[in-house]
Amino acid sequence: MSTMSPPAEKFNAGRFGEYGGRYVPETLIPALDELEAAYAEARSDPRFQAELEQYLTHYAGRPTPLYHARRLSEAAGGAAIYLKREDLTHTGAHKINNCLGQILLARRMGKRRIIAETGAGQHGVATATVCAMFGMECVVYMGAEDMRRQRLNVFRMELLGARVVPVTSGTATLKDATNEAIRDWVTNVRTTHYIIGSVVGPHPYPTMVRDFQAIIGREARAQLLEQAGRLPSAVVACVGGGSNAIGMFHGFLNDPDVRLVGVEAAGEGLSSGRHAATLSMGTKGVLHGAKTYVLHDEDGQILPAHSVSAGLDYPGVGPEHSFLKDSGRAEYVAVTDREALDGFHLLARKEGILPALESAHAIAHGVKLAGQLSPGDIVLINLSGRGDKDVQQVADIVQGVGAS
Amino acid sequence: MSRIANSFAAAAREKRPAVIPFVTAGDPDLSFTARLIPQLAAAGADILELGVPYSDPLADGPTIQRASQRALQSGTTVSGVLEAVSGARQEGLKVPIVLLVYYNCIYRRGEERFAQEAAAAGVDGLVVPDLPLEEAGSLRQHARGAGLDLIPLVAPTSTPERLALVGQVASGFIYCVSLTGVTGARATLPPDLPEFLSRVRDASGGRVPLAVGFGVSTPDHAREVGRWADGVIVGSALVSRMEQAASAADKLQAAREFVATLRSGSAQAAGMLT
Repeated sequence: MSTMSPPAEKFNAGRFGEYGGRYVPETLIPALDELEAAYAEARSDPRFQAELEQYLTHYAGRPTPLYHARRLSEAAGGAAIYLKREDLTHTGAHKINNCLGQILLARRMGKRRIIAETGAGQHGVATATVCAMFGMECVVYMGAEDMRRQRLNVFRMELLGARVVPVTSGTATLKDATNEAIRDWVTNVRTTHYIIGSVVGPHPYPTMVRDFQAIIGREARAQLLEQAGRLPSAVVACVGGGSNAIGMFHGFLNDPDVRLVGVEAAGEGLSSGRHAATLSMGTKGVLHGAKTYVLHDEDGQILPAHSVSAGLDYPGVGPEHSFLKDSGRAEYVAVTDREALDGFHLLARKEGILPALESAHAIAHGVKLAGQLSPGDIVLINLSGRGDKDVQQVADIVQGVGAS
Repeated sequence: MSRIANSFAAAAREKRPAVIPFVTAGDPDLSFTARLIPQLAAAGADILELGVPYSDPLADGPTIQRASQRALQSGTTVSGVLEAVSGARQEGLKVPIVLLVYYNCIYRRGEERFAQEAAAAGVDGLVVPDLPLEEAGSLRQHARGAGLDLIPLVAPTSTPERLALVGQVASGFIYCVSLTGVTGARATLPPDLPEFLSRVRDASGGRVPLAVGFGVSTPDHAREVGRWADGVIVGSALVSRMEQAASAADKLQAAREFVATLRSGSAQAAGMLT
């Protein structure tokens, strides 16, 4: 099985329609050129692909199961719901797929120091994990506010030997952690590889990260055909930066009858102004090196995002999602903090699975959508991460300590 | 000859680098900036670089980040910054003004509109730290159409091919980022700076002046840089002096004195050359 197979012309362009590009300081351009060349080479190198597949299988635990959630389907009262169990990978989220790919690439380029940004901490944990395994120095930038919300993941990263640097500038969340990681990279670009955790950032990141995540959709499509004998009516995934969604969507891009549904965080409601629904409410702009939909004001100042889920709390989105939205191939909706929490509880009670709060957004909308469809339909939901990291936060909310 | 070219030529006649202080517009508020601009000019600035405050200044270190946050907190807008410039022009300010502006502020307003409004306000050039060569084509056209210089940045990591391309399209001057890193005061200049600048000079054919920024912090640095470059840009060290002063009057005095010492430091470069 080939691990990656995106169309070559898209890769070369570095653009998704008008979106994407490289809006970064000049200092980084040669490093991006180097990365693009190294990745192009690795991508067509069978040894690289074989080694990546080896780690994905024996270290990360792929392929992940596809699970027919019968009791959840029953509760939805319509279509059959299948869950792609990315929560069952090593480190508990899809982020490991990308980190394994990028650490192999970093080694190939001779970089010994790794930096990363993290929101919920899942990408930070996955990065710290691969760095430990490959014996590389690891520095993770994390918003101080997110460190408070995700204490357990901070400790996990430290156990794995990473240094977690609190970021207090701006809104002290994922966007600011990303700024700080870019500043580190500008400073240490000659020795350091930056493992971006989502399909965001300057070219080639959105393409490369998507390729590493595309295994989700490829596996899910084959598994569903084998188990159910047909394609889903709709595929549902949560979208912050959008890496789990793009990875899942890519398996079905060429199946025109399959609806692709991205679920953003509506936070306290789209009209409240406190949300992270970039595609639903944003306009075109530039953030973290890419032209894409952005939440910003009339002057282009980036607005603070809000979500109960730290991983979705981001005022930008991967440029390919912007392209898929404009082209109409994918549709994007938003669910509130409250709906996501309901989804969290529903999946726990009906299926014995605690989803990450990020993935709970996809559950909430997937259940809603399944209810509108008939029993002959299938709704495939990407369960991108597990919820252990969120248990304390949910406990606080249940006890009325506060939503974030 | 443009105002920017005139300033470099005038400094060159005095055998010294042009002194280019940077301040963030609206730090701590725009009425202060309106008072500051003429005083920087009077203290010896050859060109003024005004930063448009931005929420996510990823090329900037902590000092300029704080300045940006103060400016945004006091309600500074792009229109407000342009009004401050046109106000200064109405009062007779002759010194060229270059705006340091992150690309999203330009993109959101529209490239053509931004260029037209900036030129109408009396801005002479734009420095866009997150807009590399490949993405700058259409803004360069609009800037040219409005009579603005789009000033490109080069870095120590820039390849010879890229330096040559920059040399072909540069107008106003080439902003040489002295080091791999973000803005901020440094104790010493990077040891490979002369070598870097001579690479830039060779690749660009000496067609436009070279100004050096990032980490240039003291009159000694300015003098040193003046041996190899046509201009010195000093930002964080100046912003930090104003940040530490308590009252508006103290901030103005600190800024005046510092720019005056930079200017006299640069003048000594002439002595070193002869």
